[in-house]
Amino acid sequence: MMTGLLIILMLSISLAILAENSRIGSEILSLEKTDRINILLPQTQCGQCGFDGCEPYATAIAEGITAINQCPPGGNITSRELSRLTGSEYQALNPARQSEPLAKTALIDEELCIGCVKCISACPVDAIVGAPKQMHTVIPELCTGCELCIAPCPVDCIEMEPKSRIQI
Amino acid sequence: MSSTDIHSFHGGLKLETYKSLSNNLSSLISPLPDKIILPLKQHIGHPANPLVKIGEQVYKGQIIAEPDGYVSLPVHATTSGKIRDIGLYSVPDPLGIKAPCIVIEPDGMDTWIDIRGVDNYLEMDPVTLQNRFRDAGISGLGGAGFPAHVKLKEGTQTEVELLIINAVECEPYITCDDRLIREKPDYIVAGTRMILHAVQARKCIIAIEEDMPDAVNALLPLLDDDIELVKVPTIYPQGSEKQLIKTLTGKAVPSGGLPIHMGIVMHNVGTAAAAYRAVSRGEPLVSRYITVTGCIPSPRNLQVLIGTPVRHCAEQCGYSEKSGNSIILGGPMMGTLVQNMHVPVIKTTHCILIRNKLNQGTEMPCIRCGNCAEVCPVELLPQQLYWFSRSSDHNKLKQHHLFECIECGCCSYVCPSNIPLVHYYRLAKNEINQRDLSITKASESRYRYLKHQERLKHEKKKKKLSVEQLSISGKPNEKKAYIHEAVRRGRAKRVKKQQVRKDQKDE
Repeated sequence: MMTGLLIILMLSISLAILAENSRIGSEILSLEKTDRINILLPQTQCGQCGFDGCEPYATAIAEGITAINQCPPGGNITSRELSRLTGSEYQALNPARQSEPLAKTALIDEELCIGCVKCISACPVDAIVGAPKQMHTVIPELCTGCELCIAPCPVDCIEMEPKSRIQI
Repeated sequence: MSSTDIHSFHGGLKLETYKSLSNNLSSLISPLPDKIILPLKQHIGHPANPLVKIGEQVYKGQIIAEPDGYVSLPVHATTSGKIRDIGLYSVPDPLGIKAPCIVIEPDGMDTWIDIRGVDNYLEMDPVTLQNRFRDAGISGLGGAGFPAHVKLKEGTQTEVELLIINAVECEPYITCDDRLIREKPDYIVAGTRMILHAVQARKCIIAIEEDMPDAVNALLPLLDDDIELVKVPTIYPQGSEKQLIKTLTGKAVPSGGLPIHMGIVMHNVGTAAAAYRAVSRGEPLVSRYITVTGCIPSPRNLQVLIGTPVRHCAEQCGYSEKSGNSIILGGPMMGTLVQNMHVPVIKTTHCILIRNKLNQGTEMPCIRCGNCAEVCPVELLPQQLYWFSRSSDHNKLKQHHLFECIECGCCSYVCPSNIPLVHYYRLAKNEINQRDLSITKASESRYRYLKHQERLKHEKKKKKLSVEQLSISGKPNEKKAYIHEAVRRGRAKRVKKQQVRKDQKDE
């Protein structure tokens, strides 16, 4: 009698869990695991995770090579979502990486810019416009705040500004 | 008058109303403040684009910012004066953010710009009438501030069965609609008929609470067979759109649906009065009734210009700054605490409530009593929403219809553990919206990144190709020879040409 009840109970529990899981994943179940992870990443291509960009990091997570808490722009939210997706335990953002930053935008000091085009080729999302020997400028709506344009600038005229909340 | 059956909605609360504090005195026209702050976004939708410069003279009713897109409204100067600044100022917002505003320094004359009304609106096309509402900057004066013309416009695309004018002021303390009805019943009835013409509804109801007898008496003599006055029970949140529809029709607005899908359009009484002014006089929406009440010497209703700082309004009613007072914009249930008294009154501000230091009690753990679920008028599961908000489980929150929550505050009110439930829901909604936005942005960035990579690859290939072509066409020396040959040919041609010209001259 008791065993029968127990079996029915366990069956119903496992069915409920199954139903729940399939509902969550139904939108993205059709994708490969790497792609599913990649969608949750902020796509800044900044490389702060130690990989060459978002997709390589997603691949590494999918293969279980690295932890899910290495993405500073994504912060704890991304980390939590990754833990839900991959089933691994939630970890707060790795403090060895940069602390969770504010949303930032690159800003070019237009008086100092010499028009060398180096930042333009460094920008992974083509958010900088300009031409050789012409002033360059950043389109703030497109800038992901990856900071990849800062190092190549020979005159140090690019700075990161916090994105004001109304701009978002 | 035919009678409409009254139904009821799930949950809700019977609250002490405190309305007599402010509804016995007639409203006061507030004197001009020393500055008027007009946010470019006082409604749901896109902010407006400024049309004026700093230092420019403007007149009352002049359009100073034009609408951007369909779900947007113009901003009008609410008095005459000089533009002092265009920049970021604190606005009434639960998060306390600053937003772009135009600041006017009143000249004290309050001169109107040339405005013109319509003699016979019944001859007007409904769409023209709707555009007039838009040009007058009318947004819902009740709750969310949805541009009125958008609601109306929906009406012409779908057959409208029922137009409801909402005079149900269910939150405690607030009496501005009550006062407006008592003082200007003719505006409201005339405005209701104008909206009726604009949406071409078959039936029209003005819904009013049982405990507003004076307002009922003011309206009754003005009504005809075209408008029905329906008294509804005083239960909070009766004035909420979906709950009122349930009470009047017995039908529930489906989750994710809009009343218009059921052939119903609802407007606030304030919107009706504004519609009357806009049509018959050509006045844009420049002022509104607000209730100033709570712990102040003389609580009453004021007629204030949109953009008047909250402090100025409160001072008309004897407010003096005391430590420990908290200022709430809106009612005690749904209002938001403001830190800064310099925020302006906007089109949707209906009440300034001053309370002594709130004695909220300490937040304690949830004991799972289930009281919250019993009072929830939307029939949600507040307890579940609370757990999932605490753990930021966005998927679960969406599954449990967090976004159907109307933030009425019934659950927080009955919670024996003093958990500010609505506060958690608001935070969670904001978090989800931010996250959805960042996911959209990430997918756009990803697209741009892939295109960028593609282009780099293409450029590399092209470069390689041209180098290959060069090496196929020969060694660098050969190329040099080729160029020399070309130069030689050019020179020969020129010499030949000169020769021909010389021959012609000689002849």
